[in-house]
Amino acid sequence: MQDLGISILFKGINFQRLLGGLWVTLRIALITIGLSAAFGLLFGLLMLSKNKIAKGFCRVWLEIVRFMPQLVLLYLVYFGFARIFSLDLSGETSAIAMFTFWGTAEMGDLIRGALTSIPRHQRESAAALGLTPAQIYLHVLIPQTVRRLLPQAINLSTRIIKTTALVKMINVTEVLKVGQQIIGQFYRQPDAAFWVYFTVFLLYFIVCWPISVLAGRLEKRWA
Amino acid sequence: MDWSFIGEHVPDYLGGAAVTLRFGLYGVACSLLLGLVCCLLRYFRVPVLRRIAGGYIELARNTPLLVQLFFLYAGLPRVGVRLSAEACAVIGLTFLGGAYMAEAFRSGLEAVDKSQREAGECIGLTRAQNIRYVLLPQALATAAPALFANVIFLIKETSMFSVLAMMDLMNVADTLRTSGGRTVEVLFMLIVAYLIILLPVSLIATWVERRLRYAGFGDQHTV
Repeated sequence: MQDLGISILFKGINFQRLLGGLWVTLRIALITIGLSAAFGLLFGLLMLSKNKIAKGFCRVWLEIVRFMPQLVLLYLVYFGFARIFSLDLSGETSAIAMFTFWGTAEMGDLIRGALTSIPRHQRESAAALGLTPAQIYLHVLIPQTVRRLLPQAINLSTRIIKTTALVKMINVTEVLKVGQQIIGQFYRQPDAAFWVYFTVFLLYFIVCWPISVLAGRLEKRWA
Repeated sequence: MDWSFIGEHVPDYLGGAAVTLRFGLYGVACSLLLGLVCCLLRYFRVPVLRRIAGGYIELARNTPLLVQLFFLYAGLPRVGVRLSAEACAVIGLTFLGGAYMAEAFRSGLEAVDKSQREAGECIGLTRAQNIRYVLLPQALATAAPALFANVIFLIKETSMFSVLAMMDLMNVADTLRTSGGRTVEVLFMLIVAYLIILLPVSLIATWVERRLRYAGFGDQHTV
């Protein structure tokens, strides 16, 4: 009698290979989240500036990101830039560049929303109490902004992690691709594909779910 | 830019757009239905079923569509469940979209004051009447922006149907790119095609949201 397909996951180093593939996506996601947070702050402040050109520029950027499927943007960077600018980017570099382009705009819009959501009387009351501008920021404005921002920013992070699954489409060997390689090796095992894809599905859930729960908790506590 | 190449391949893209739109709309319609049902099960605290709905929402929101599609299309047949590519597309999009729609409906229902539901019960409305005439109209006004954002999100996500070997916009473009090498023209047309599909959706969303803002309920003065 044949083994159950699930057993191939634990044959040799198959499971470590899958985890290695997961790490490839997570590494791309983590770099993207870091870069998006940094650039997003600049983007958010630019959106709030009085400069019309800067505002318009951000607006167009945000609309592009909102309108185009991420897969299209990824193809544009990976295949399009190679052709137009003769720029030969690796899959991983293209992915980080494209996801950061996307994440920056989304994060910037969240930061803009958080900053504008604080009623003006907060600043005015603080000033009336005799707080210095530095104190107003430190004790009144920044804490409130962070409370509004953090749950949403964490949610955006899970979206970024989920979206990194797309790098499979530009030939990065991530967890889905590794899964397919394993399936290919064990082609004699008919239900291998079922268990491998099911495991990949669960792996993503195990990574993203705790982060979502954290965001939900923070939102409830700070609402 | 080779305009004759573009003119020659417009029909290919029209075919792709038809697939994208058709299955996108099926997915959106089913997602709205599933989302509404899941949201109501949780809102009325229906025993057992509300837990199932809650678990499903967490599962769908924390895994990538790409992985869900691979599981449906390549994993399930190995254990005897064979689905056509089209069925996988609609089921996959509904599985993802239902969870997002449920969350959008929930935010709308939570914004409706509890006294509304109680008042409805007091004057003897059945639960169905209460939902139909009291709760839903008010909830929809609040939920509209989130619902439309989900519609645009889901139509964008159809770009992943290419892994099901369906000739949607993304796959049409990819096939042309690999066969002809006119990367720039191919990607340019792809972007234009998505714009033509999504711009009207976005305009309709803005129009509906503006109309709904007039629909004030209860304590509008605090806003």
